[in-house]
Amino acid sequence: MSQPNLTKLRANINRRKLINTMFAFVGLMVIATATIILLTLTIKMAIQGAEKITPEFFTSFPSRRAARAGILSAWVGTCLVMLVTAFAAIPLGVASGIYLEEYAKKNWIADLIEINVTNLAGVPSIIYGLLALGLFVYELGLGQSILTAGLTLALLILPVVIVTTRESLKAIPSSLREAAYALGASKWQTIWDHILPYSFGSILTGVIIGLSRAIGQTAPIITIGALTFIAFLPKSPFTEDFPFVSFEWLQAPFTVMPIQMFNWVSRPQAAFEINAAAAGTVLIFMTLGINAIAIFLRYQLRKGIKW
Amino acid sequence: MAQTTLKSRSKNTYKPRLGRQIREKIIEFILFLAAFSSVATTVAILHILIKESVLFFQQVPIVDFLTGTKWTPLFINPEYGILPLLSGTLLSAGVALVVAIPAGTIAAIYLSEFASSKLREIAKPALELLAAIPTVVYGYFALLYVTPFLQNFFPKLPGFNILSAGLVMGLMVIPFISSISEDAMSAVPVGLREGSYAMGATKLQTALKVVFPSAISGISSSYILGTSRAVGETMIVAIAAGLRPILTWIPFEQGATITAYIAQVSLGDLPHGTLAYQTIFAAGLTLVLMTLFLNIIGHFLAKKYREIY
Repeated sequence: MSQPNLTKLRANINRRKLINTMFAFVGLMVIATATIILLTLTIKMAIQGAEKITPEFFTSFPSRRAARAGILSAWVGTCLVMLVTAFAAIPLGVASGIYLEEYAKKNWIADLIEINVTNLAGVPSIIYGLLALGLFVYELGLGQSILTAGLTLALLILPVVIVTTRESLKAIPSSLREAAYALGASKWQTIWDHILPYSFGSILTGVIIGLSRAIGQTAPIITIGALTFIAFLPKSPFTEDFPFVSFEWLQAPFTVMPIQMFNWVSRPQAAFEINAAAAGTVLIFMTLGINAIAIFLRYQLRKGIKW
Repeated sequence: MAQTTLKSRSKNTYKPRLGRQIREKIIEFILFLAAFSSVATTVAILHILIKESVLFFQQVPIVDFLTGTKWTPLFINPEYGILPLLSGTLLSAGVALVVAIPAGTIAAIYLSEFASSKLREIAKPALELLAAIPTVVYGYFALLYVTPFLQNFFPKLPGFNILSAGLVMGLMVIPFISSISEDAMSAVPVGLREGSYAMGATKLQTALKVVFPSAISGISSSYILGTSRAVGETMIVAIAAGLRPILTWIPFEQGATITAYIAQVSLGDLPHGTLAYQTIFAAGLTLVLMTLFLNIIGHFLAKKYREIY
């Protein structure tokens, strides 16, 4: 190859290498910028709300005076709604996942269900709110209660639970199934006694991630018509007389953390901004805390099981 | 003797077998019902939306609804033109996508082709945190931090505007695009990359000319998913964009989206069965049809460009 051609080639290589390095830098910058913006905003909010995060903030009801307002009814409401959501979404989602992964034959019904689950995952959350308003609140007469909110959020996270259940079942080697069948176990015995215990951890992780998504949901709950000013707690689920448990709290009106925060954000007085910042910080800690539990569980369980 | 014991044993084991088969069938049926509940959910959504929308369209002609340029259902002289809400929805989603598609794609290419596995393990969860933050918190950021920041550059920017809501929404949508695109690019066989490297291409050239086109099916569906997230997002817009429906194509103004309108109406105490109550279902139906349309496009794009290795 002649000399000038070689220098041209070298120049070309160097130019391409330079562009390559520049792109790597840009890529790193994009990721760093996005996360840093988020961190900055979160820290700014935490600092603004810090003065408000005291024990009284967690033990007082909302109030017209910003200084005395707290999140007692909001966090209690969030916990109760999550309880209903978990009780509804886990059995339904896990059962659907098991059916689709282990039982479903290749026919149009299975296809229909699969396409449906994918589509439901893409439905905007506020549409679930409209469904709940029309169906749960009015047609079924459940009212604007904790039960309605919990069921709505359960429907919302159902696709997440179904998909993670399927993924975890897929990850179980088929040799385990074959061994169980060889010993004469039926299909359900195989699933219940062998497959589910092994996939329990990853299903649980998926469920927890689903719940962390449900905690932050505001739009569907607003649509149901959750009240923003609740200065009382629902009746305790434990009673003194027989049968010692009461489900009256399911019918109680309620508020949840994101609604309380939205209420404070949308007030014109600046004093409520601090309350909103404090509520937002608590909400972020709740979400991140739940996510951290999920990540920790996944890590622990991956360490324990080796195929 | 041996013959009879064998016979009797097979007789004995036959009965529990039948019971077992029945039990298995019952369990399978219960599981099927659970799985079918997702179909029932879809049917219920459509049933509710269509039922209330039909009542709505009996009073408001569908042509006025689709072509009207004023949306004032709660005024004394109500007008029901969806166009202002549509323009607000498309505008805020547009701003969000202008941020999220380039950033999400670049992040995905970087994570899939350039990053070391150690960096990827840190950067992926960090990006996914963006999606874990509750949207009401994003709304707070947009209204109280991003808008004042933008007002440094655009002094005329109103306190409520589509621009800042859209920008923050873009930040939220990035991980939806980056993580699915990255999965799609990681699924491209290494052999294709090695072939490209062997021809003297750099990593970037390989990424753009070999990996990206091969993964275009997954990447395009990530764009569609990001778009439907942005179109369906409620709280950021409801908090930061101002709730006033104006037919505009300028993001420096106030605006309302379909979702924000539904949230706004639900906040007030609206009596069941009134025309104003039915408007939120008609608006919701419009939104569902939009996302459905997007999903169908996505489905066909994915099918058309799918590469099977």
